[in-house]
Amino acid sequence: MKPRAFTYIRPATITEAVDALSHYGERARVLAGGQSLMAMMNFRLVEVDALIDISRLAELSRIRVTDGALEVGAAVTQNQLLLSPELKSHVPLLAEMLPWVGHFQTRNRGTVCGSIAHADPSSEIPLALALLGGCVVLQSKRGTRTLSADQFQTGILSTARAPDEMIVAARFPANGKSGHAFRETSRRHGDFAIVGIAALKTGANTLRLGFGGVSSRPFISTLEGGNAKAVTDEIEKLVWQFDGYEDMHATSRMRRDLVRRMAPALIEEAFA
Amino acid sequence: MTTLKPGDLARIDLTLNGEAVSGHAEPRMLLADFLREKCGATGVHVGCEHGVCGCCTIVMNGVAVRSCLALAVQAEGAVIETVESLAPDGTLNAMQEAFRKHHALQCGFCTPGILMSLIDLLRRNPKPEREEIVHVVGGHLCRCTGYSNIIDAAMDAINGTAK
Repeated sequence: MKPRAFTYIRPATITEAVDALSHYGERARVLAGGQSLMAMMNFRLVEVDALIDISRLAELSRIRVTDGALEVGAAVTQNQLLLSPELKSHVPLLAEMLPWVGHFQTRNRGTVCGSIAHADPSSEIPLALALLGGCVVLQSKRGTRTLSADQFQTGILSTARAPDEMIVAARFPANGKSGHAFRETSRRHGDFAIVGIAALKTGANTLRLGFGGVSSRPFISTLEGGNAKAVTDEIEKLVWQFDGYEDMHATSRMRRDLVRRMAPALIEEAFA
Repeated sequence: MTTLKPGDLARIDLTLNGEAVSGHAEPRMLLADFLREKCGATGVHVGCEHGVCGCCTIVMNGVAVRSCLALAVQAEGAVIETVESLAPDGTLNAMQEAFRKHHALQCGFCTPGILMSLIDLLRRNPKPEREEIVHVVGGHLCRCTGYSNIIDAAMDAINGTAK
């Protein structure tokens, strides 16, 4: 199908973009890579009066290291981030997760912040942001505010973004050489994850675990088992804390089972 | 700031397969439809229209992208390559020849998109491993071949043993 007719706006600056957003409010959407938004517009799952195209804004195309975090502008594509030398040295966990986002062809256009804005409960980038304790920088005509990943993503495809705000950047705290691991199960590589699990070693005995696809938003938990064996035992208690998310691809029971099967090797890898 | 109202026709100038082309599109026109209907690049195949099947994959500004998930108005000034660029004088290139040799297509609907994805991969890495090809082909749906012949053809072309 084709999208409904809309007004196309290509601002030359962030100021122009937020002015347009403040004018149209809920009737507008911000277009960056469009790899989720355009698909939803083609299917008329999303209908807008105005589309504000920020994909060419140079101000939003930057990747930089600031205050111990990797800051990724809203127009940076997933493949641009994957190819940036800062990624591997500063946020190696995200470097490991990015190749799982969509396909090579969609990563060429899809943006890092767009994936966060879309807030799919099974997607990898919001999971990485939540696990790392990162944040989202929002801008509107009223000013700028920074929300933690936890504050930002409120549910399935739902966020705390106000209608006149746009994401200008996401900040991923640098985790340098901390032990980490990522596993994902999907129908085929590049499809939506059924379950994704990421782990980050935050102390000698502590592991922060993030689960995608098991709840309406990334599920984060810190386990202090001391070793891989003890933490694995905790997994059984953990899977019953998920909120029972399921869809046509997998029941909540199957998702719990996948976590039980995937977690031990992942935990071992993160502790190693 | 550029603003186009619904129904406004914008003139779009871009480079298609090395030639400057122009056409008009309203904001809602998808790039895939623009290339087919306004530029005559009917090698761009429109399948699912939501980025899953990969049939409409083109190379835009040097990278393989879904042309059904971009708007024509976003392609202003872009450099675009479609499957038509691979055999300008009617002679198949090495990859196309390998596809024929290995029976890597049957109905051919998915083929132009796969070829354009492989172009992007080979420009980044002229000697990819089989696994990398599998990942790139994984971004396409083919209902005829079962993919093995496509991957064999690509390996053959890369190793220069196609002919």
